Amino acid sequence: MTEQSLLSLLAKLLPTSSLLTSEEALKPYECDGLSVYRGLPLAVALPETIEQAQAIIQLCQQHHTPIIARGAGTGLAGGAMPTKGAIVLSLAKFNKILDIDFDNRTATVQPGVRNLAISEAVAAQGLYYAPDPSSQIACTIGGNVAENSGGVHCLKYGLTVHNVLGLKFLTIDGELIELGGKNLDDAGYDLLALMHGSEGLLGVIVEVTVKLLPKPEVAKVCMAVFDDIEKAGQAVCDIISEGIVPAGLEMMDHLAIQAAEAYAKVGYPIDAQAIVLCEIDGTEHGVMDFIEKVEIVLKKAGAVDTQVSKDEVQRLQFWAGRKAAFPAVGRLAPDYYCMDGTIPKSRLAEVLKQIAVWSDEFGLPVANVFHAGDGNMHPLILYDANKTGELEKTEAFGKKILQLCVQVGGTITGEHGVGVEKLDSMCVQFGTLELSQFHAVKNAFDAGGLLNPGKAVPTLHRCAELGRMHVHNGELPHPELDRF
Amino acid sequence: MADISKQLHLQVQEAYASKTALNIIGGDSKTWYGRVPQGEPLHVSGHSGVVNYMPSELVITVRAGTKLSEIADVLDKHGQRLPFDPPYFGEKATVGGTVACNFSGPRRPYAGSCRDYVLGCTMLNGKGEMLKFGGEVMKNVAGFDVSRLMAGSLGTLGVLLDVSFKILPHRLAEQTVVIDAGFKQAIKLMNHWAGTPLPVTAMCADGDMVYFRICGTPSSVARSMQEIGGSLFDDGKNFWKDLREHQLDFFETDKVLYRLSVPPAASFELLDGTQANDWFVGWGGAQRWLKSNLPFECVQTYAKALGGHARIMRGGDRKEEVFAPLQPALMKLHQKLKSSFDPKGILNTGRMYKDL
Repeated sequence: MTEQSLLSLLAKLLPTSSLLTSEEALKPYECDGLSVYRGLPLAVALPETIEQAQAIIQLCQQHHTPIIARGAGTGLAGGAMPTKGAIVLSLAKFNKILDIDFDNRTATVQPGVRNLAISEAVAAQGLYYAPDPSSQIACTIGGNVAENSGGVHCLKYGLTVHNVLGLKFLTIDGELIELGGKNLDDAGYDLLALMHGSEGLLGVIVEVTVKLLPKPEVAKVCMAVFDDIEKAGQAVCDIISEGIVPAGLEMMDHLAIQAAEAYAKVGYPIDAQAIVLCEIDGTEHGVMDFIEKVEIVLKKAGAVDTQVSKDEVQRLQFWAGRKAAFPAVGRLAPDYYCMDGTIPKSRLAEVLKQIAVWSDEFGLPVANVFHAGDGNMHPLILYDANKTGELEKTEAFGKKILQLCVQVGGTITGEHGVGVEKLDSMCVQFGTLELSQFHAVKNAFDAGGLLNPGKAVPTLHRCAELGRMHVHNGELPHPELDRF
Repeated sequence: MADISKQLHLQVQEAYASKTALNIIGGDSKTWYGRVPQGEPLHVSGHSGVVNYMPSELVITVRAGTKLSEIADVLDKHGQRLPFDPPYFGEKATVGGTVACNFSGPRRPYAGSCRDYVLGCTMLNGKGEMLKFGGEVMKNVAGFDVSRLMAGSLGTLGVLLDVSFKILPHRLAEQTVVIDAGFKQAIKLMNHWAGTPLPVTAMCADGDMVYFRICGTPSSVARSMQEIGGSLFDDGKNFWKDLREHQLDFFETDKVLYRLSVPPAASFELLDGTQANDWFVGWGGAQRWLKSNLPFECVQTYAKALGGHARIMRGGDRKEEVFAPLQPALMKLHQKLKSSFDPKGILNTGRMYKDL
């Protein structure tokens, strides 16, 4: 079967406007949020119904054509990057909220519904959907499931996998599988867990039922300023050791503070070596009890200054600098390269010191922003892609950082996913036996290897060197989104 | 306190070579759960001890044969706990068995399930390969989430060796209040309060009363008690423990004990052939216990109509199916997945479903 005849069969399944085939129409789909990796698919199909999606999948399966499911395309690891000859299955038209059940506190939505749209739809009833990836105004819930997205509040409220109750997905055979529902568990294996973070390799998600939580009555932030990054790292550990579970616990280093202040002008002290932001939410009484405790712990840990947000305006102001950190750092150099490793918190000082040593060796500055509460670090390596060899140098540096994360007991990716970006680092994280087991799992779902092939799990004999989140001249892909 | 992983590794390799069916046994406290166990015993209780505990990381890694009671003691010294409130169902209960069953206690709807807190594991698959998935950090999206898949798989995919959990601190204060209410009213009340930000961490109903446990700082507990109303229940601590361990009078029965997992607000209509005192409603309405000798199909049909599923928890004919039937395409997927971990079908085969 030629590509042309596949396209003509696809055209019979969809209205003309729902099948894109011209190069011009395909261009917007050539990459996701990681724009250094691009490829043009054979076509983009935009089904509107499960039946249409089923028919497309079955047709592709019959013709051994790869299928790449896609949500909003905001992913940062190239998980939705098209490959030559593949069909991109866009879920953009699956954008309806199907059911909001206030009694059971659930929302059942199509996968193309935006993360934030769920919370907006239930806000009047005092409910919200907890996971808040930084791209939440644009990213879709289907993509959140595929990546098991995190956010600033996941230390307390969990990742996507902790907040999804049910899924419907299509197998490569076009079978509709239903997992879970509005209840808390299901019979059989926990495929719901397995589907989370599977990056489109196991099935195509067509419906998601999420858990809704009551909005906390109040939230307060304590901002603490440190003249030493080691003290700040210890302070983070001390807060947790005191039995406090913050809603958010974030940290920035000197370079990130300077950049953020210059950009957002929120009143961060620019000579500080580190800032810790600790948010407590809950009922009014509980928050007051804990935020006092937080301030005491931070002072005891050596903070030179602490401030508790007096009101909502000030709370948002404290956060504004942190949320602007990525674009702010983007102004310091023509390009930056964002890492996403996770480490045990207690190893933070050691890891930052090593990064500083390498930074000198490579001659590349690094700004550090850090989801300190859960150990997820985002070192931003500053470089200039127009200088010969600098990108390669940066990539080598980045790879060393990820290796270090694994060495100290952490992981190569906390929340951005593997995609095409970290295939090589997967070989650092896992041995041959684990990778073989991953391939066996993939094989159980998709023996022909047609669902998003070549992503997430490297082949045993090929751990290709691939790139990372790339920012040129301060311009992020999706510059309208906060990145934090 | 010993590491017998090498010995277990060898045993599974030998069983793979000779295609010998294995029956994985931890503390032997849950033999009554699932279908009748078959195969040569593989004892893992000797593989015990805390491997790594980092209170400030909120992470503990333990060998699968470690007793739940030991883990509770270790964590308690640092004011921490396993957040999912695991039922023991026997003093010898091990953490490996708990994960294999994915058992969680009364706190589950508010704090999360056993599987929610699994961060990583080391395991032996059915080929006798020692594999390590996940890790000791809270955010980790490298590779398929095999660790959480292991929770509730009843040992049919692998032999757990070590498991890492996210842990949480104890709450500062705790009180239980009760309000007179039949099941219908109780389900309404429980779902009402679950929809508010009050720190309620357990709710159940026995047909006469509805019970609320409130945990938090002393001032937030006091305020929540005022709002919810009702009267103070003195023996709250023991009540929730007895519920968790099925030691309340309700659970003393010669009949089959069914467990129904349904949407929490699903209305309470008596199933024909049952009476109100055959029922107990836990998890704020989401987990309902029924003692009855009605056929499984009948209870299953009822649960399905409510948007959930039923299983036989204790008793009944365990040579037959005890878990809710899976749609054919889903069962096929289960079989392929089982085969990807255990190609010769030697690990706890038949414990979950006849054909798995």
